[in-house]
Amino acid sequence: MYAHAKDGGGVGGMRKKEGPVNLKIYTMTRNQLQCQAAYMRNSLFDQGYLDEQFVQLEELQDEANPDFVEDVVKLFYTDSARFIRNMELTLDSRPLDFEKLDDIMHQFKGSSSSIGAKKVKRECTQFQEYCKVGNFDGCMRTFQEVKQEHAGLKKKLESYFEVARQAR
Amino acid sequence: MDPMSISTSSASWKSGDGVSDQFPAGLRVLVVDDDPTCLRILEKMLRNCLYEVTKCSRAEVALKLLRDNKDGFDVVISDVHMPDMDGFKLLEHIGLEMDLPVIMMSADDSKNVVMKGVTHGACDYLIKPVRMEALKNIWQHVVRKKKHEWKDKDYEQSGSVEDGERQQKPSEDVDYSSSANEGNWKSSKKRKDEEDEGDERDDTSTLKKPRVVWSVELHQQFVTAVNQLGIDKAVPKKILELMNVPGLTRENVASHLQKYRLYLKRLSGQHHNGLGNSFMGPTDPTFGPMSSLNGLELQALTSTGQLPPQSLATIQAAALGRVANNKSAVSVPLVDQRNIFSFESPKIRFVEGQQQHNNNKQVNLLHGIPTNMDSKQLAALHQSAQSFGNINMPIHSQSTQSNSVMGQMVQPQSRAQILNEINGSHALNIPSSVGQPVFSQAIPSAVLGRNGIDNVRVQTHASVSQPSALVDFSRSQRAEFPGNNTFSKGSGGFIPNYDVFSDLNQNRTDDWGLQSVGSAFDAPQHSNLQGRLDVAPSVLVQPGFSSDQRRGHVRTPSGNKVAFSAADGLGNNTNLGQQIKAEDMGFQNGLFPDQFGQDDLMSALLKPQQEGLVPVESDFGFDGYHLDNLPV
Repeated sequence: MYAHAKDGGGVGGMRKKEGPVNLKIYTMTRNQLQCQAAYMRNSLFDQGYLDEQFVQLEELQDEANPDFVEDVVKLFYTDSARFIRNMELTLDSRPLDFEKLDDIMHQFKGSSSSIGAKKVKRECTQFQEYCKVGNFDGCMRTFQEVKQEHAGLKKKLESYFEVARQAR
Repeated sequence: MDPMSISTSSASWKSGDGVSDQFPAGLRVLVVDDDPTCLRILEKMLRNCLYEVTKCSRAEVALKLLRDNKDGFDVVISDVHMPDMDGFKLLEHIGLEMDLPVIMMSADDSKNVVMKGVTHGACDYLIKPVRMEALKNIWQHVVRKKKHEWKDKDYEQSGSVEDGERQQKPSEDVDYSSSANEGNWKSSKKRKDEEDEGDERDDTSTLKKPRVVWSVELHQQFVTAVNQLGIDKAVPKKILELMNVPGLTRENVASHLQKYRLYLKRLSGQHHNGLGNSFMGPTDPTFGPMSSLNGLELQALTSTGQLPPQSLATIQAAALGRVANNKSAVSVPLVDQRNIFSFESPKIRFVEGQQQHNNNKQVNLLHGIPTNMDSKQLAALHQSAQSFGNINMPIHSQSTQSNSVMGQMVQPQSRAQILNEINGSHALNIPSSVGQPVFSQAIPSAVLGRNGIDNVRVQTHASVSQPSALVDFSRSQRAEFPGNNTFSKGSGGFIPNYDVFSDLNQNRTDDWGLQSVGSAFDAPQHSNLQGRLDVAPSVLVQPGFSSDQRRGHVRTPSGNKVAFSAADGLGNNTNLGQQIKAEDMGFQNGLFPDQFGQDDLMSALLKPQQEGLVPVESDFGFDGYHLDNLPV
C-alpha cells in the first residue's frame, strides 16, 4: 500500500510537500504528479494523520467509483460540522452535561475513525476521558485540539486529493 | 460471483438448500446507521462483497422497511448508538418480529456493551471502524440461522437431512471474524453433533416447526448445566456435554443459551424498550388453543425478553403443533393467550399504532409461530387484554413509545402498581408487560420456587418484593391463560388458567407486591434457579394449574405457560413440562415458576394459610420434576 516514492519531491523540482502545490501542479507531468500524490499520502500516514482505515477506503475505490475516498471525506467534513456545533452548544449550556458531551464525542469519534482520521480520533478519546472525570477545563482544551486536528487534516487531505486527481 | 445473478443467488440460497453457486452474493443486507459517513462506507463495502445493500439512517425507518418487506432481507447490520432508537431495542424488535440475524456495530468495544449485544441476541458484534474482512463473512450468520432452523425441523422429523447440509457448511471457508462472537460459533458450524440428528427429543416432537423443542425437562437440564458451569462460563459445548441429551446439538444449545441470557438479562429489569411492541410481532392467527396460551406467554416472554422470540415461536409452534398434532386437545383458549399477548402487544400495538400490525400483529406475538388465533380470538384476547389492560393500562400507553410492550407497560405505571394489580388480579395481562419484568425476575424466583419451593421461598422472602412478584406472575400467568384451555385433563390446570384470568382480576392485587419483583428475583433467584428453573416450567404448567385450582386463583399468565406445557403434555400430566418443547418452555419454566411458584410462593410467602410452597411442590412434583405428581 505504501508506495513510497522517496524522491517524489525531487521530481520535476517539486520539493515541497505542502504549500503552493497547486501552482506547480500544472507544470508537472503526470508521473510527477503521481509521485507527488504518493509522497503526500505516505507522509500523512507516516506523520500519524491517517491510519489503516483510510487504506480500507482506498481499497473500496475503483474504476466505477474513482472519487470514492474523496467523496467520503467530503461527506465526513460536511457532517462533522454539526458535531462541532452540537458540542459547542453543549459546552456552553449550564449545567454541564458531561454525559451528553461524551455521547456527542463518541459519535464524532466513530465518524472520524471511519475515515481513518487518527489524530482526530485520539483527541476525541482524550476528550471522553475528561468527560468521564468531569474535567471541564480538560474538555475545553481538548476540544480545541479536536477542532484543530480536524481542520488541519481537512486541508492536508484536500491538497492531497487535488494532486491525486491530477495524477490519475 | 456474478453480479448479475445476485437476485437469483439470493433466492436460491434462501430456499434453504443452503448453498448456491452465487452465494453469498446477493445476500440482502439492511444496514442501519445514523452516521452518514459510516453508512456510506458500509454500503460500499457491502456492495463490494456483492451483497444487495439497502441503507437506512433511522431505526424506525428500518423497522418499517423490514415490516413491509417481510422476506426482503437476509441480515441486518445496525449501529448501537442511534438517536431515534437504541440499537438494542431495534435488535429485539427484529428478533421478535422477523427473526433475522442482526449484527451490531459500535465504536464502543467495552465488554459490557458487547455483552449486551450478545445477550440481546445479536449474531455478531463489530467494532468500528468496520473493516471489509468483517463484512465479508456476515453471510455465515444467515446460513447458521437457517441451518439451525432446518436442523430443528429435522429433529422433529427425525430426518438426517441436515447431515448432508451440514457437511456443506463446514466445508465452506468460514472465517469467523466477528469480534464479539462466542467462540462456539465456529464449532457449531462443524456440526459436531451429528448424532443429534437422531432427535431423541421428547415424544412430543411432533412439531414441524424448525425449532428445537425445549421441553421443561430439557430446559431444566439446560439450566442445571448452566448453573453448574456458572452463567459466565457456560458455553454451549460444555452445557451440551453436561446435559448429555442425545439428539441435541451444540447449535441448539447455543441458541437456547443466547435466549436464556437474554431472558436473564431482562430479569434484571431492563425492560424499557420496545420489546413489547415488536414482540407482539407476527403471530399467525392460527394459533391453536394451546398456542394461544403459549403464544401469548411466549410472546410476552419474548417481548420482555425473557423468551427469545425464537423460543416463543418454538413454544407456540409446539403448542400449535401439539394442538394440531396431538390429540391432546389443548384447547387453550386463544382468547386468553391473546390476552397475554394481546395484552401487551395489542396494547402496544394499538397504542403505537402498529403500522402494519393489526390483528395479525397481535397474534403475531408469537413470533414465527402460527397462532391459530383468528381474529375473533384476537379480539377476544384483545378484550381480555383490555381488561388486563386496566392494570396494564399505564403501561400500555407507555409502550407505545418503547417497543417494549412489556417493559413499557410496566414502566410507566410503576412496577409496583402493576405488580400489585397483577398480583391481585390476574396479572396475566401484564405478564407481557408487567409480568415481564417481573417474570424475569420472578422467574428465577419462580423457578426456584418450583424446583425448590423452599428455595424460592427463601429467596423471595429475602427480597420481599420479589417473591410477590413471582407469585404474582404465576398468578398472572395463570390468569393469562384463558381458563378455557381445554388442555387435556392432564394439564387440567392450564385451562383453568385462562379462566383464572378473570379470577385473577379478583385476586388481590396487593398480594403480589411485585414491585420489586424484578430485581429481587434476579439476584436471589438466579442462584437458586439451578435446576429449579427447569423444574419450574414444568411445574408451572402443572402445578400452576393445580395450584390455581387449589387456590382458586386464576392465573392467566401462568396459565399460558402452563397451557403450553399442558398442551404438550395433554397426553400426560407428567409430561406437561416435557411437552413444552419449545425453548420458551424452558424460559417459561423459569418465568412461570412464578405461576406455580406463585401459588406456592404466594401461599407460602403471603399466605401462610395457603398451602405452603412445599406442599405445592410435592404436588407438582418439583422434586422430581415430574409432572406426574401434578394433581390433574
